[in-house]
Amino acid sequence: MKAAVITFPGSNCDRDLAVAFEAQGARVVRVWHKETELPAGLDVVGLPGGFSFGDYLRCGAIAARAPIAQAVAAFAGRGGHVLGICNGFQVLIEAGLLPGALMRNAGIKFVCRNIGLRVETAQSAFTAQWGAGADITLPVAHHDGNYTADADLVARLRGEDRVALRYRDNPNGSTDDIAAILSANRRVLGMMPHPERAISPAQGGTDGAALFRSLMDAFVPA
Amino acid sequence: MKARVQVMLKDGVLDPQGEAVRHALGTLGFDGVEDVRQGKVIEIALSETDADAARARVTEMCERLLANTVIEKYEVELL
Repeated sequence: MKAAVITFPGSNCDRDLAVAFEAQGARVVRVWHKETELPAGLDVVGLPGGFSFGDYLRCGAIAARAPIAQAVAAFAGRGGHVLGICNGFQVLIEAGLLPGALMRNAGIKFVCRNIGLRVETAQSAFTAQWGAGADITLPVAHHDGNYTADADLVARLRGEDRVALRYRDNPNGSTDDIAAILSANRRVLGMMPHPERAISPAQGGTDGAALFRSLMDAFVPA
Repeated sequence: MKARVQVMLKDGVLDPQGEAVRHALGTLGFDGVEDVRQGKVIEIALSETDADAARARVTEMCERLLANTVIEKYEVELL
């Protein structure tokens, strides 16, 4: 599997994300936000957590208009797999690759802790190894993770089995306890929790590794 | 020509920052503050001199970047 990890000014989980891919044997190319093209032969693009451009205007808003964002949108448009984590999720929403909005946490506070999640679908290259119904624990660390969707959108996400993860104990006021959603073609995943921060016992958890193993399985024939 | 854009959360969308400001005003002893909504003001200097064209241009800026129309509304004022 060949993965690209994008770095924006303020990204701070980009190296962690690269390490998480590499730990499963993936080849990783690091890509700077000013690039206008992605490397050839990619299987997946990762948009990391952290911040981007000071998160001026709205979180992810400027990054979603950076030169590389157009290349990522084109890659997704061709059916490429894209993983956006935390700020990366905000960028995917601002870029229009995923629906809804991520607002300031309902409790106003920055939330930074391990949190219980329920895997809602195994029908994606990201979630297959977790399996539907699995209870997992991943870290969250965000100020603007309050997923906001109107009733029509929630009904559509539910009806199309596009809610990937739900919080067991909602930390930020997200509509329908949504922590992660898939695109209509199931190849773009946006998630607020950080799987790349839970891939080794030294980090305090290993539940995140299955996401990267799932991707390896999807792109390396057994 | 200058334009001033006001971006506010849509009515009915919970504004946690406005709530925090409302609480702080209460702490300072300002009674009777029933609601606070916080938004943004963006001033843009344009080379365009035609008002209709400037308004159309700024409206497009709002739709494409300045506002997230899923949760926000905007008003364009030409100065």
